[in-house]
Amino acid sequence: MEKIATRVAYGKTLAVLGEENRDIVVLDADLAKSTKTIEFKKKFPDRFFDMGIAEANMVGTAAGLAAAGKIPFCSTFAVFATGRTYDQIRQSVAYPRLNVKIAATHAGITVGEDGSSHQMLEDIALMRVLPNMTVLVPSDAVATEAAVRAAAKIKGPVYLRLGRSAVPVLYTGGMDFNVGKAIRLRRGKDATIIACGVMVGAALEAAGELAQEGLNVGVIDMHTVKPLDVDAVVVAARETGALVTAEEHSIIGGLGGAVAETVAEHYPVPVKRVGIEDTFGESGRPPELLQKYGLTAAHLVAAVKEVVRRKNR
Amino acid sequence: MEETVKMLEEKARQIRRHVISMLGAAGSGHPGGSLSAADIVTALYFKVMRVDAQNSRWPDRDRFVLSKGHAAPVLYAALAEKGFFPLDELNGLRKLGSPLQGHPDMRKVPGVEMSTGSLGQGLSAASGMALAGKLDGKDYRVYVLLGDGELQEGQVWEAAMAASHYGLDNLTAFIDYNGFQIDGPVEEVMSIDPVAEKWRAFGWHVISIDGHDFGQILKAVEEAGTAGRPTAVVAKTVKGKGVSFMENQVDWHGVAPKGEQIDQALAELAG
Repeated sequence: MEKIATRVAYGKTLAVLGEENRDIVVLDADLAKSTKTIEFKKKFPDRFFDMGIAEANMVGTAAGLAAAGKIPFCSTFAVFATGRTYDQIRQSVAYPRLNVKIAATHAGITVGEDGSSHQMLEDIALMRVLPNMTVLVPSDAVATEAAVRAAAKIKGPVYLRLGRSAVPVLYTGGMDFNVGKAIRLRRGKDATIIACGVMVGAALEAAGELAQEGLNVGVIDMHTVKPLDVDAVVVAARETGALVTAEEHSIIGGLGGAVAETVAEHYPVPVKRVGIEDTFGESGRPPELLQKYGLTAAHLVAAVKEVVRRKNR
Repeated sequence: MEETVKMLEEKARQIRRHVISMLGAAGSGHPGGSLSAADIVTALYFKVMRVDAQNSRWPDRDRFVLSKGHAAPVLYAALAEKGFFPLDELNGLRKLGSPLQGHPDMRKVPGVEMSTGSLGQGLSAASGMALAGKLDGKDYRVYVLLGDGELQEGQVWEAAMAASHYGLDNLTAFIDYNGFQIDGPVEEVMSIDPVAEKWRAFGWHVISIDGHDFGQILKAVEEAGTAGRPTAVVAKTVKGKGVSFMENQVDWHGVAPKGEQIDQALAELAG
């Protein structure tokens, strides 16, 4: 299976979009080679601004550019793009509803060896709580291209969550990416795994394994965490009666939080949130970290069995 | 010139009267820093800037960003006097349902260029606007007003560095140097001196003026236009300027006048 990092797809798409839309400008904070905005810089040096290691000013400058009609994409690692600049995003982007795209790479624990200071596990929570913000978490290169294009079209703030490590291409036959509309990859009867980002691939793998054990499990790619596709969640709860959420993020406040809030209000069923269990990460190779912190297909298999047991109690 | 100055002085008095009345009606807000900035804001809106109250989103307009957002009353008063919205809306300041939020909201008030209130962010936004002007080959200018205490925010210096790096000669920052912040004199809370040298070190053209002298304000703006670099105008001002009992009194940073205080202030500001 072909593997491409979502950040690579981001850089490539941005460079193409720059041709199609002259209002697009790109800002980076001294990480253009890592975030891949360098692809845009190569083609459109006049519309690329390295803001240096000064993320707060990068976001504020983007707000001003947007106020004057530009479509700025701001990129750096997710830990800096959302944590360090939370107030700038809140005050200067989300509150005035400015057309700024925060495209953050190196999200999650698969940053790997750099360790916890660089592994952002709270960004979905931070961005999801902001009014006016759209939160997109594409699962592969194809979804990333679509998400970048969708972000450019949305008139308002968007948070785009991207990863460092190469991930399998799932949508080999293309896809229909509609913001706020979940994609049902597999129909199920016994439970549904609702996943985003890198965990979508693991969810499909888990569903395949569970099928061999006689459990019929659905898989949903929730590429838009906000606005959440409430209907898709409720339908999955109603049709399968048990849900597992899967994200490379803290189990607090992210996709799992959003799904749990939704079913609690609309259609209570057993839910198991798979993600990072309220802890910081550490240095290691990405596969080792996914294993240690409970983010593999095997962990999802166990989680599904648990919710199914709870459902049948 | 003399006539212009006279006109601006009368306009500034009118704007200060609005500030007092608005804050009196609101029962809360920030008089000290609104009054210290009144002459700078008046000069910009009534002599310097190219704006159209009937077409507040005109792409070629000059922009003003009130980075010290708590001085919202002086901005609202200037915008209303300029005709961006009716004067009687001023009395809605800080009240439920009014567009005039405690700190400026660009989505609610025509003429407000940026939502501000969390200090240290306005210079970045203004830089972005100036950068967009350069990209689009437009000749508009961007003005931003910062407080002196606000210079303690690190983001200001990130922005100062970037504006000079990108050669934003279409950007002018006024520093309302009234010497006070909420907890006391700026030099006691967290010294920011030497201010002019700091901006110079960041690559800016710096002009030091009396921020209540219209001749000096206008001259500084003219000089900024040909500086070839971003310009910082360090404007020495008096907190609470124009109202005797508020001048240089830190307690009037964030307390609204009431009853007889309002009457006395308005009497002192009568032409």
